[in-house]
Amino acid sequence: MTSPMGCDTRTKRGESASAPRPTRFRSLLTLLAALALTLPALVTHADELRGTGDLGLIIERAKGSIQLVDTTKRSLLQRVEGLGDTSHAAAVFSRDARYAYVFGRDGGLTKVDLLTGTIVKRVIQSGNSIGGAISQDGRWIAAANYVPGGVKLFDAETLEQVADIPAYSEETKALSRVVGLEDSFNNRFVFSLFDAGEIWIMDVSEDPRKPKLTKFKNIGNQPYDALITGDGRWYVAGLYGEDGVAVLDMWHPERGVKRALPDYGKGEQKLPVYKMPHLETWAVAGNLAFIPGVGRHEVVLVDIATWQKVGVIPVAGQPVFVMSDPTGRRLWVNFAFPHYDTVQVIDVESRAVMHTMHPGKAVLHMEFTPRGENVWVSVRDANRVDIYDTETFKKLGELPANAPSGIFFSSRAHRFGL
Amino acid sequence: MKTHPWLTTLIFCCALPVQAGGLSVARQQDLTHFVRQECGFCHGLKLTGGLGSSITAEALKNKPAETLIAAILHGIPGTAMPGWAPHLSEADTAWIVDELLKGFPE
Repeated sequence: MTSPMGCDTRTKRGESASAPRPTRFRSLLTLLAALALTLPALVTHADELRGTGDLGLIIERAKGSIQLVDTTKRSLLQRVEGLGDTSHAAAVFSRDARYAYVFGRDGGLTKVDLLTGTIVKRVIQSGNSIGGAISQDGRWIAAANYVPGGVKLFDAETLEQVADIPAYSEETKALSRVVGLEDSFNNRFVFSLFDAGEIWIMDVSEDPRKPKLTKFKNIGNQPYDALITGDGRWYVAGLYGEDGVAVLDMWHPERGVKRALPDYGKGEQKLPVYKMPHLETWAVAGNLAFIPGVGRHEVVLVDIATWQKVGVIPVAGQPVFVMSDPTGRRLWVNFAFPHYDTVQVIDVESRAVMHTMHPGKAVLHMEFTPRGENVWVSVRDANRVDIYDTETFKKLGELPANAPSGIFFSSRAHRFGL
Repeated sequence: MKTHPWLTTLIFCCALPVQAGGLSVARQQDLTHFVRQECGFCHGLKLTGGLGSSITAEALKNKPAETLIAAILHGIPGTAMPGWAPHLSEADTAWIVDELLKGFPE
């Protein structure tokens, strides 16, 4: 746990992004940062009166820590340690955008105060977890677990557990790993059972201690990840065990889960799939969704009115994230091993790659500032987060971070399904 | 370096102990990073499993080395495990398996 006065957990405060500089100078800075660690604790940024709308965090994958950041000053605020196994961590934000809830691989759920840089509360809620979501009203946190397979619900204020939903399938007579847990309107969560091939809706609008479950069976073989569109309407699960996707209309769950995109997936792929694409961020612009191809070097265009594939855009590798900037005008794409040093930008109007860059080995994630004037890019093996201007593609600066992976800005607080 | 799969297996059955020790220290460090990071996506940074199975020494103790080598090089059909043969040599793979069975270095 990090103590409120934990000067030993802090990087050099307010270190701003700067243009790339020679290694020797960087070593000097590292030394200065190390010296700064030995100084007594300074005032925290909670002492200033300030908002949280331009704050965020970077997951440090290898060290069980996060870096709190300021996207206006493009600076690191401080490191928070003691979050357990952050090798595949994700975060959601409270509706006042002050607190981050970080889900760790080891089943840890950690509530972090962005203003004070302290851990408010931490619980180990399972043995092996994949992520979670926050309810529409911001009162409940749901965590998706592999071991033991199921979903647990927590009070967002206290992290007191209020419900435990084992993902026990009546078909397989066993617990299933849970994936693709998303939030939707009317205080509903929706998630998929990887081992059982089911999708469940968990409604906490009436009694969160006894959530109402609606189960859809035989939705497809091995759903491995899912997304919900930004309006909370379409829940789409990718299938590992077969081609196609499973689609649930949250406006009309009574219509059941439908299958779509029959030729989407691994199919008779010619290429090994080194990392399955993340589905959480399928870019949607107008009626078109832009989704990562699986086992193919392409972005797939889907008309979401009909759920038909209407085209492909060839790209540099197998896409992992295809992310629309907030204007919907451009898509930023990163790639799986071995093309993970590359980022490409697609112009939506002309449906063509307009820019290619090579930030370095292992670009794991990208996050736009709330209105999309900048994008932050994590470059794992370079221990660096790069900041780019999204209009000119000029690099505005870089920040040191230890094996950075996910980047999460507080503007996510007010959006569904992130 | 492309060899016929059965021949690969045969080579490994005979040559595993010698080959496992034959990599340079730099290559061993590269492979350690590779396993922790790339394999770690599915198997967990601590290799205790995720969507992929646990690949700790304890979890693998009853698996023959040649089965594991084949799984890494050629993948496991019907699962998410891809074949890594385009990116790992047979000596690399033998070393990785040897280390996994002993308890993988940090």
